[in-house]
Amino acid sequence: MKKLLMAAAAAALMLGAASASASAEALKACWVYVGPIGDFGYSFQHHQGLLAVQKEFGDKVETAYAENVSEADSEKTFERFAREGCKIIFGTSFGFMEPMLKVAKKFPDVKFEHATGYKTADNMGTYNAKFHEGRYVIGQIAAKMSKTGTAGYIVSFPIPEVVSGINAFMLGAQSVNPNFKVKIVWANTWFDPAKEADAAKVLLSQGADITVQHTDSAAPLQVAQEQGKFGFGQASDQYQFAPKAQLTAIVDNWAPHYINSVKAVMDGTWKPQQTWEGMENGTVSMAPYTNMPDDVAKMATETAAAIASGKLNPFTGPITKQDGTVVGEAGKPLPDGDILGMNWYVKGIDDQLPQ
Amino acid sequence: MRLEKRAERSSTMALASPFIAIALTIVTAGLIFALRGNSPLQALYVYFIEPLTAIWSVEQLLVKASPLILIGAGLAVAYRANVWNIGAEGQLTAGAILAGAVPVFLPQWQSPLTLAAMMVLGIAGGMAWAAIPAFLRNRFSANEILTSLMLVYVSQLLLDYLVRGPWRDPQGFNFPKSVTFAEGQLLPYVTSGIHAGVLVTFVVALVLGYIVSRTVKGYEITVTGLSPRAARFSGFSQSRTILFCMMLSGGLAGLAGAFEISSVVGQLQPQVSPGYGFAAIIVAFLGRLNPVGAIIAGLLLALSYIGGEAVQTALQIPDKITRVIQGILLFYILACDTLINYRIVFSVPALARA
Repeated sequence: MKKLLMAAAAAALMLGAASASASAEALKACWVYVGPIGDFGYSFQHHQGLLAVQKEFGDKVETAYAENVSEADSEKTFERFAREGCKIIFGTSFGFMEPMLKVAKKFPDVKFEHATGYKTADNMGTYNAKFHEGRYVIGQIAAKMSKTGTAGYIVSFPIPEVVSGINAFMLGAQSVNPNFKVKIVWANTWFDPAKEADAAKVLLSQGADITVQHTDSAAPLQVAQEQGKFGFGQASDQYQFAPKAQLTAIVDNWAPHYINSVKAVMDGTWKPQQTWEGMENGTVSMAPYTNMPDDVAKMATETAAAIASGKLNPFTGPITKQDGTVVGEAGKPLPDGDILGMNWYVKGIDDQLPQ
Repeated sequence: MRLEKRAERSSTMALASPFIAIALTIVTAGLIFALRGNSPLQALYVYFIEPLTAIWSVEQLLVKASPLILIGAGLAVAYRANVWNIGAEGQLTAGAILAGAVPVFLPQWQSPLTLAAMMVLGIAGGMAWAAIPAFLRNRFSANEILTSLMLVYVSQLLLDYLVRGPWRDPQGFNFPKSVTFAEGQLLPYVTSGIHAGVLVTFVVALVLGYIVSRTVKGYEITVTGLSPRAARFSGFSQSRTILFCMMLSGGLAGLAGAFEISSVVGQLQPQVSPGYGFAAIIVAFLGRLNPVGAIIAGLLLALSYIGGEAVQTALQIPDKITRVIQGILLFYILACDTLINYRIVFSVPALARA
C-alpha cells in the first residue's frame, strides 16, 4: 500500500511537471462542445476545427476540449479551462452565453469566443456562420427533386438561426416551384437520433418525400434512405451514412476562423469581434452533389457560386411574410440584424412560430 | 463458495459496505483506464485526488454537491418510510418555475425580501408538485413511483413552454430564455466560489439527521417503513406519514431548484438541472438512507462529476466515464449490501456433491 501511494505521488509530480513545462511555451486553446464529437455533425465539425488548429501550429499550441457539456451546468467547465491555463476558450452552443459571460468577467486575461450568441464583453466575442446560404441551395434542390412538392423539415429550437434557415430553404424552393410546401416537426433537441428518426418517419408518412434537418445527427437521412427517399446532410458531409439518399450537405468549416483567432491571441492582436461568415470564404460550403441529375447539380453549383461571389443574397426583398405583410426593398438584401433576430416565417410554411 | 443467510443483520457490514463498494469502484475504474491505454495511477489521481488539491475545485465540488445533498437528504427520509419519491427532478423544476416567477414578473424588485420570497416559492412549488402523488397514493392507492416519475416530464414541459412562450425574454431574440436575474435576485456568495445555498444545505442535512435519529417524528417514519402494521397499532397514521415524507422531500427538491436558478444558472431556461433529482436517488442509498450520510455521499457523487470532467480535459478520456463510474458504484453498493444479511462461505456443502 505504501509503495502504491509513493507511486501515485511520483506519478502526480511527473504529471504536474509535464503540464507546467508544456504551458510555458505553447498557447493553450480550449473548446467546449454541447454534443458528443461522435455526432458526425455539428460538434464533430467544431472538433475538426480544433484538429486543424493543432495541425497549423504544431508545438506552439496545446489544445483541450470537453464534450457533451450540459447547458445548465457549463459555468464550471469554462472556469476549469480558465483555471487550467487556457488563453482562449471557444464555446460552441447558444446556451453557453450567460455562463461564459460570467466566467469572462472573472478572468479578464483569458479570451472567450461564443458561437451563435449575441452578448459580448471586453474579452468575449462571438462567431457564427451564414448557414442560411446553404439552406437556400438545398431548398432549390429539394424543389427540383421532390415528386410530391413537399419537404419534411426537422428542427431543434425556434431560435433565429433555425428560423432563418427554414425561411432561406423555403425561398430557395419557391424560386423553383412557387407552390412548394414545407412540413415542420420540432424535435426540441440538438441531438437525439431516435427522436430525429421518428420525426422523419412521421414527415415521410405525411406526404413529404425529402427530409431536411436542423438537428445534428444523420438519423433522418438514414430513414430517408431506408424508405427510398432523399435527404440532406447537416453540418458535415454525411454521405457515408446514406450513400443512396444524400443529395448534398451543408458543411460548416470552422477551421479558418479558429486558426485566425488562435493566431490573433498569439500575436497579441485579438479583439472581441462579432464575425458572421458564409460561403464567401468557405465557412459554409456544399458537400458533393450526389444522387441527382446533372442539370440539378449544375443549378446548385451556379447558385452556390452566385452566393459566394455576393451576386445573390437569399434574403433579397421584397419578401412576403406568412401573415401577408411584405418586408425588404426590391432588389436589396435584408439588413443583417433582421436575419440574426428573425422570428417570422415566409409565406407558404405550414407551421406557427411560438409568439 | 456460496452465500449463507446470517442469523442477524450485520451492523458492521452495513457501515463497511459503502467503503468496500468505493474501493472496488476505484479498482475497476483503474482497470478501465488501463484497458484504454492510460496510466491507471495517473488517471485515478486526476479523477479522484487532484480535484481536492485546489481551492477553486473544492469550491466547485461543494457547489455541485449542494443540490445532490439537499435532495438526497430529503429522499433518504422518505425512503425510510417506504415512500418512493422518484420524481425529485420534477419537484426541483416546479420549485424553479415558481421561484423564477418573481424575477420574471418583477424584474426590478431587489429588496432583501426578494430572495426570501423566491426561496419560499421554490419550496412551495416543490411541495405542491409532490403533494399530487401523495394525494393519489392516499386517496386511490396509486403507486407513487409511477406518478412522481411521470410528473417530472410534466413540469419539464411546462418550464419548456413558459421559457419559449409567455416568460421569454422580450429582448432575447426569440431564444428560449427568461430575463437574466438582477443582482438582488441572486444568492450572495460567501467566498468567491460558494453561494449561500451551500451553507443552508449542510444545515438542513444535519437538522434532518437529528430529526430522524432523535425525535418521535423520526421514529414514526422509521417504524412506518419497517412495519406499517406495527405503526398502525402505535397510532401512527400511514397516510399522514406519506404526505409528510412527500412534502419534505418535494419541498427540499424545490428549494434546490430555487438555489440553482438564483446562483449557477441565473435565469430560467429549458433545462435548469443536469439531472440532480435522479442522481440524488443514488446519494440517498449510498448515504444509507441517513441525511448525514447523504452529505458524504453527495460529496462523493459530486467528485465523480468533477473528476470525470478533469480526466476528460486532461487525458481526453470520453465524458461517458462519469456515467460508467456512477453506474459501477451503484452496482457495487447493491452487491455489497447483500453482505449485510448474508455471509460468504467458502466450504463446499456435502449435499452439493451428490
